[in-house]
Amino acid sequence: MRSFRLRKARNLAWTAICGLAVVAALLPLLSLLWLVVSKGGAGLSPRFFVDLPAPIGEPGGGVGNAIAGTLLMVGMASLLAVPVGVGAGVFLAEKGDGKVGSVVRFTTEVLSGVPSIVVGIVAYGLVVVPMKRFSALAGALSLALLMVPPLARAAEEFVRLVPSTLREASLALGVAQWRTSLRVVLRTALPGLLTAVLLAVARAAGETAPLLFTALNNQYWNARPDQPTASLTVQIFNYAISPYEDWHRKAWTAALVLLLLVGALNLFARVLARGRLRGAR
Amino acid sequence: MGGSAILVAGIVVLKLSQVAAPALEKLGLVSYLLGSDWDPVSGSFGALPFVYGTLVTSAVAIALALPVSVGLALFLSEMGPKRLRPVVGFAIETLAAIPSVVYGLWGLFVLVPLLRGTVEPLLGRFLGFLPLFRGPPLGLGFLAAGIILAVMILPTIASVTIEVLKTVPPPLKEGALALGATRWEAIRLAVLPYGRPGIIGAALLGLARALGETMAVTMVIGNSPEIHASLFAPGYTLPAVIANEFAEATSELHTGALAGLALVLFGITLLLSAAARILVRAVARGPAGARA
Repeated sequence: MRSFRLRKARNLAWTAICGLAVVAALLPLLSLLWLVVSKGGAGLSPRFFVDLPAPIGEPGGGVGNAIAGTLLMVGMASLLAVPVGVGAGVFLAEKGDGKVGSVVRFTTEVLSGVPSIVVGIVAYGLVVVPMKRFSALAGALSLALLMVPPLARAAEEFVRLVPSTLREASLALGVAQWRTSLRVVLRTALPGLLTAVLLAVARAAGETAPLLFTALNNQYWNARPDQPTASLTVQIFNYAISPYEDWHRKAWTAALVLLLLVGALNLFARVLARGRLRGAR
Repeated sequence: MGGSAILVAGIVVLKLSQVAAPALEKLGLVSYLLGSDWDPVSGSFGALPFVYGTLVTSAVAIALALPVSVGLALFLSEMGPKRLRPVVGFAIETLAAIPSVVYGLWGLFVLVPLLRGTVEPLLGRFLGFLPLFRGPPLGLGFLAAGIILAVMILPTIASVTIEVLKTVPPPLKEGALALGATRWEAIRLAVLPYGRPGIIGAALLGLARALGETMAVTMVIGNSPEIHASLFAPGYTLPAVIANEFAEATSELHTGALAGLALVLFGITLLLSAAARILVRAVARGPAGARA
């Protein structure tokens, strides 16, 4: 039997070690946020949001086209991914207890672990090879493929939260199953589904790897889906690995813009989710 | 609509194989997988340096992230004040939401200089007898990539571990405490053994994420296809070489060899994430007899 004092000391030591782990986990976050805000904030100006990138040596320049490109591709990706992802989620929640459901669920789970770079090559094979050019469409498809699994999983969870009494009431009134799913279940789950969509959009906006060889990049404005397109993330990457001090500063500023965009989407999603909880009560 | 998910999985494998097939046929599967020379100009393609780099950086990441995540999860759910939970929980969610390229930016301009100037010289001086910590402190290399990955997979491991700890039945811990165990002893004897499969599952999920992580690693690993025992040396990973070379690959052989690397990567992550899900499910069901 070890002495009580030793055991207490040991307890205290491990508590301290675990407390240190919390600090160790939060330090990189604080350092990163502080640097992005302080270094990136220095270069922030209204023109940064609307100007085209300037060649090296010229003053000024912004990432207007990259912001537009990100919005264009994320928008297109959402059009593709939201119906499929939400549809799969609703199916899983409403009819997913059978064999088909478990297969679908397992597949979405495994798919959500597919590295984004691999998804990029798939989009390359599907769009870039047949079209013989890099395009916003290819970029959007790669983002859509990444959005589907998390969307499906979140949609399933939110639809499952709908009280079964609501569903049963509708069915008891003689409403067909598909109408019940659509008009009662889906409508009740709507705020939750919006939260899921916003989170997926935020994630897609932050993706870089699959865009490198699908949308490539573009130094100019582009609104055509069949042309190479700039994106905020790829622009940050190119600026960061360049040898120029000025471009490094722009990388930090663009990172701040990206973080603000992603942060706003996340915050909005959170507010919606909270509203849903209140509504459910 | 649900069937579309299965369809997508099929498309992934099919498309990758299609792009990769010509190169794999020409190079030969064995010499491609085990070759250690990668030189697109002379047309020689060996996957080994990338597989090695991916495994080493992921191993470093897990070695760093797992203890920190478990410590954090234990502190939050078992030891620390309850008021801390939402604050740290929010911080972990934020950590998970930061885009990879921003981590890379931070790694390149904060972590790498720190490693080059302070950490690596110190490690070399005190632990230099290990082959892991030899060589000039370059900053860019396996160690930098491993640390960045550790930061990035920490939210995954920590949040899953917190969920796993929630499933531990309170009577287990209360029993230990009632028998006079200290809080740490109750954790070590009752909580951790119960949660072990789930924590391993969490680690595997983190590992799967580390293996496929691209941008941050690409920016800090040094991008040279070499195999070194030292963590200070520059290396290359599977996703990083795809990110750097795929858009500029001109020959069918080069493109195919890169798609082959993606196939290898997909295979590894698929195996791992399937194993992880099964483990996490096993703990959700609980060990036999523990329910009673």
